[in-house]
Amino acid sequence: MLELKNLCVSAQSEGGKTEILKNISLQVESGKFLVVTGPNGGGKTTLARTIMGIMPAESGEIVLDGTDLTDLDITARAKAGVSYAFQQPPRFKGMKVKDLLEIAAGKALRLDESCAFLTQVGLCASDYIARDVDGSLSGGEVKRIEIATILARGSKLMIFDEPEAGIDLWSFARLTETFRQLHARGDVTIIIISHQERIIRLADEVLLIAGGQIRDRGPADKILPMILSDTVVGCNMLDQEAGRC
Amino acid sequence: MLTDIQKQILARVADMKDTAPAHTAVNIRTNGQKAYRSQGEHIKIESKTDRDGIDIRIDPGTKGEKVYIPVVVSASGFQDMVYNDFYVGEGADVEIIAGCGIHNDGCDESRHDGIHTFYLEKNARVTYIERHYGEGSGTGKNVLNPQTVLYLKQGATVTLETSQIGGVDDTKRYTKIVCEGADSEAIIHEKLLTQGDQTAVSEMDVILNGENSKTRVISRSVAKENSVQTFYPRVEGNNACFGHVSCDSIIMGNARVKSIPAIACNHVDAGLMHEAAIGKIAGEQILKLKTLGLTDAEAEEKILEGFLR
Ligand SMILES: Nc1ncnc2c1ncn2[C@@H]1O[C@H](COP(=O)(O)OP(=O)(O)O)[C@@H](O)[C@H]1O
Ligand SMILES: [Mg+2]
Repeated sequence: MLELKNLCVSAQSEGGKTEILKNISLQVESGKFLVVTGPNGGGKTTLARTIMGIMPAESGEIVLDGTDLTDLDITARAKAGVSYAFQQPPRFKGMKVKDLLEIAAGKALRLDESCAFLTQVGLCASDYIARDVDGSLSGGEVKRIEIATILARGSKLMIFDEPEAGIDLWSFARLTETFRQLHARGDVTIIIISHQERIIRLADEVLLIAGGQIRDRGPADKILPMILSDTVVGCNMLDQEAGRC
Repeated sequence: MLTDIQKQILARVADMKDTAPAHTAVNIRTNGQKAYRSQGEHIKIESKTDRDGIDIRIDPGTKGEKVYIPVVVSASGFQDMVYNDFYVGEGADVEIIAGCGIHNDGCDESRHDGIHTFYLEKNARVTYIERHYGEGSGTGKNVLNPQTVLYLKQGATVTLETSQIGGVDDTKRYTKIVCEGADSEAIIHEKLLTQGDQTAVSEMDVILNGENSKTRVISRSVAKENSVQTFYPRVEGNNACFGHVSCDSIIMGNARVKSIPAIACNHVDAGLMHEAAIGKIAGEQILKLKTLGLTDAEAEEKILEGFLR
């Protein structure tokens, strides 16, 4: 189980301290599939980066299966079973897709093994395996390679940050199927930050985050209508409190 | 007879195990002397009579043969200067593996200055691999100053792969390629790593005289600690031609890197381009690799390893 207890995160800026996450408490049972959704700037990526240890928590606790992660650095958290597919994955000059998959897996991979990970994200493996993860790849390609590395890593907690971004509809169908299968395996806790109805519908539970707080949580049928109505309005009613509207 | 140190250096700079491969043109020079020589089927090596060095003659049409000409300097304080000339016959397609390793356990400066000149006849293709490497426990400097000059006739192609990964204190490299013939092409991959107080200067002139001649220069370097690197990549287009230069450097610690490119178009159909980027390792790259379980040091190593591959 992943437990977040009274998590607060803030950033230092010119005008002083800005609170990004305000007192987040949350429990996710092992093997569950949670989707985190909500407006831009709401704090979803910050939440993911804080669980991974990239952003420091100002206060609060993060516990995974009884292990207190709060004071562990990124590397130690990765070894404790946390993995995170970045919203904007970096590129690496000279590093091959195969190298990155092997770093993620922590061991040498047979060709068919690395290819399987690429196939699961809708990439034709033979075209990509020997390519550099550099500026020659499109945004959608880099995103999918990023997801493949998380699959290769095989951690017990996988967090994906807007995996759908920049991906064409054909590949997207393949990707949602991969998430569905991963969930069906039952041994991975999945957190996906997403706005896509097809992903939201796969979730056991949906969490709505806005203004750095959990605004609502529940099954897809409860949360989806709220997102859809907000989209139509084109202005986020949920954020009125924060004065952004 | 080669000593163990010399054998180790050969393995590093020329992938040679204990002995040189059979039926292959090989010339091993150690401390200024000919240590070993063999002739290839279509490639002959002869000592020069007027000055130190060798002439390498590659018959027209030679396909798939290799030439190894490694140099080892293992006597501390030895200063070596050599002229090697390569005559590559029409339509030949060969790989030339050169390289210099210095092992300096003493306190005197060891130095090798090699001047390599290549004459590529029509449609000849050459891959020239040059590895530079220094080691040793002494305080004496390891200095390498290679000069590489190539003349390409019509349709000739050269791929130059130079790498200097560590151990060389001072290097001044000069490369000149004249694409004289139509459709000739020069591809240069340069890799350089400096550390400590090392300095490296790489100067390059590519002159595109032939119609539709082409060049691509890809330079990757890493400067660590207090080392200093300077690059002068210059391309001149005197005909309808194409040239692209890209220089990429990572700096770490107190290192300094300067890149002073020059592209000159002297013909309306000359198209030349230059890109240069110098900067430290992106923080997000380190973070990404840490989330995959690597430590800071391991992440840095992986990033540099890929970058200099
Ligand atoms: N390192 C940071 N420094 C300052 N502000 C930040 C930092 N990271 C995020 N923020 C701010 O925090 C808010 C939440 O950002 P983010 O977590 O990326 O939102 P989301 O992923 O929900 O779109 C935004 O207003 C963003 O500008
Ligand atoms: Mg985000």
